[in-house]
Amino acid sequence: MNTIADRLIEDEGLRRGVSRLTPEKIQKVFRELIAGECGARLKTYMETCVHCGMCAKACHYYMSHKDPSYMPAAKVTQTMTRLLKADGKVDPQVIYECAQVAYTECNLCRRCIHYCPLGIDTGYIMSVVRRLCHKLGVTPQYMQDTAHSHSATMNQMWVKDDEWPDTLQWQEEEARDEFPGLRIPLEVEGADFMYSVIAPEPKFRTQLIYQAAAIFHAAGLSWTMPATPGWDNSNMAMFSGDSEIMSRVERAHYETAQRLRVKRIVMGECGHAFRAVYDTANRWLGWKWHPVPITHSVEFFWELIQQGRIKITHKYAEPVTIHDPCNIIRGRGLMEKLRDVVHFLCEEVVEMHPNREHNYCCCAGGGVINCGPPFKNVRVAGNAIKAEQLKATGVHTVVAPCHNCHGGLEDIISKYELGMHTKFLGDLIYELMEKPEAE
Amino acid sequence: MHALYDLAVGPLAWLAFGIFILGSAYRLLAMRALALKKDGAFVAFISWPHATKSLMHWLTPFGSLGWRENPVVTVATFIFHICLFLVPIFLMGHIVLLDTFHGWSWPALPGQLADILSIIVVVICAYFLWRRMSVPEVRFVTSAQDIVVVSLVGLTFLTGVLAYHRIGDNLVLTTLHILCGEAMLIAIPFTRLSHMLFGFFSRGYIASEFGSVRHAKDW
Ligand code: SF4
Ligand code: SF4
Ligand code: SF4
Repeated sequence: MNTIADRLIEDEGLRRGVSRLTPEKIQKVFRELIAGECGARLKTYMETCVHCGMCAKACHYYMSHKDPSYMPAAKVTQTMTRLLKADGKVDPQVIYECAQVAYTECNLCRRCIHYCPLGIDTGYIMSVVRRLCHKLGVTPQYMQDTAHSHSATMNQMWVKDDEWPDTLQWQEEEARDEFPGLRIPLEVEGADFMYSVIAPEPKFRTQLIYQAAAIFHAAGLSWTMPATPGWDNSNMAMFSGDSEIMSRVERAHYETAQRLRVKRIVMGECGHAFRAVYDTANRWLGWKWHPVPITHSVEFFWELIQQGRIKITHKYAEPVTIHDPCNIIRGRGLMEKLRDVVHFLCEEVVEMHPNREHNYCCCAGGGVINCGPPFKNVRVAGNAIKAEQLKATGVHTVVAPCHNCHGGLEDIISKYELGMHTKFLGDLIYELMEKPEAE
Repeated sequence: MHALYDLAVGPLAWLAFGIFILGSAYRLLAMRALALKKDGAFVAFISWPHATKSLMHWLTPFGSLGWRENPVVTVATFIFHICLFLVPIFLMGHIVLLDTFHGWSWPALPGQLADILSIIVVVICAYFLWRRMSVPEVRFVTSAQDIVVVSLVGLTFLTGVLAYHRIGDNLVLTTLHILCGEAMLIAIPFTRLSHMLFGFFSRGYIASEFGSVRHAKDW
């Protein structure tokens, strides 16, 4: 049978990190981690798993490869079980293997929870393994680069402080050709909401900011964006295991909204960012709920449609299918609102199966796509099942309100030649809406 | 052998039940204390309504996605666990024993039915062991302990069935049966059999997270 040792991939970050370790150092950090940050959750999961193998079919990696070493429980036996058995005193090479499993072979998508009678959260166990690897300085190079970017610039993409308002201004200028009265409001105190995006938007997908501005303008909303760091809601430090940077990033995000005295934060179409703000960083910072209310754009669009603020001229004619992003579906229960919005916008929706909470992950989330090119082929091969699922719908358009999902789905679409393309809700709304003052 | 039998039904039985009850209580309380001390940010979201709803789904055969996707395991698991509880509690032999020693008694299962249920347990244990060895995804995660605990359960029932049918030396088999059963009780708090204690809590906890925080179902 294969194990992780049979498929190790060279990664500069992992290799260098491991070269600085000794078994003694690993043990010291491991013991500190277990004693300091882990409690009954880890202990119960580790002891209670009856090794029944039912979770195998939950995981897209297993379903794509049919290789037992990719199943959820196997990810645990190859990492945490080994570490606990040795009380953390393991060869540095073992840490390399643990890092590869935890960072690149688990999307923390939590699908396995629907398969395990005992409710074991393999994603959580993998996060603990990641935390250990981070503390040992063994992280995939690409992901670490983005975590560094968060710590140095408070955004994921090394966007400089002046580049950010520049980009917004540039988008505003472009949009004013189409909507003469449009503004991208900056630093408006007391606006109804602060709109926040992930750093790849100003960097590569500026049209999404343009479209959001057009939609908010058409709907006549009171909104603002901040001009200062704290505008980025993405959080790769959450995935690298760097909880300290993770919480700094989110604190800046919440505090920016508080400084602007907005009623709430509306987030762009991203799943992992939502998880960081809604579920993870707030707890690390000691808040039961968020100091500022958080709304994901799926829910926000749904509200606007309910209030009759979004009007469309026609429906999208081609049939579409819906990809349910784990972080806002299993992570926030937005499946029905997502459907309502898509049905409002499109003539025909062909569901893929399984769907809603039971959807297969796109295999990009959990930071896996952010581990970069060395791991790309494995990730794409590990998602053959999603490709089959997409293909079976027979449609050409996939609606996916999550940045990572777009990345992951586009990769499998091109690899498996599915002849499909992905759309954000913002793309569709912008395309179909009644445009005021349009020329 | 008689001496061993007397030991097994006497002091060893007390010891086994004592360790099982006290050990289980200790493990549950210790785990609760650890959760309160270290998992505050998670304990805060525990919600009994969500936990109950999810447990109802998981206690229903095919009531969750996991059960539906693994039909054979599901049927085996449900039958196995039902028999595992029914037989020891409602077996005539056990009730008679308790009646003699403590004067406790309650209605028993018809002998033949109890016999069939016991044989079913043995067969399912054999199936579980076969699965452990030959189904790749189960073999991959199987440890020695997993094999030992399944065998222990299987042997307890097997010796019981053999003794009931008076196959082999009755005294030897009955004694073995009692000793295996006692070993099983002692093992519950300290091995994977502890899923009997913690399983409801781990499922209940994740159901609370899904219900309270994530507004999604976990079945
Ligand atoms: S389904 Fe649950 S108990 Fe069974 S092997 Fe997987 S994690 Fe362990
Ligand atoms: S990728 Fe998803 S299904 Fe697979 S082990 Fe990780 S959390 Fe579970
Ligand atoms: S990228 Fe999308 S599908 Fe993939 S884990 Fe994230 S939310 Fe889930």
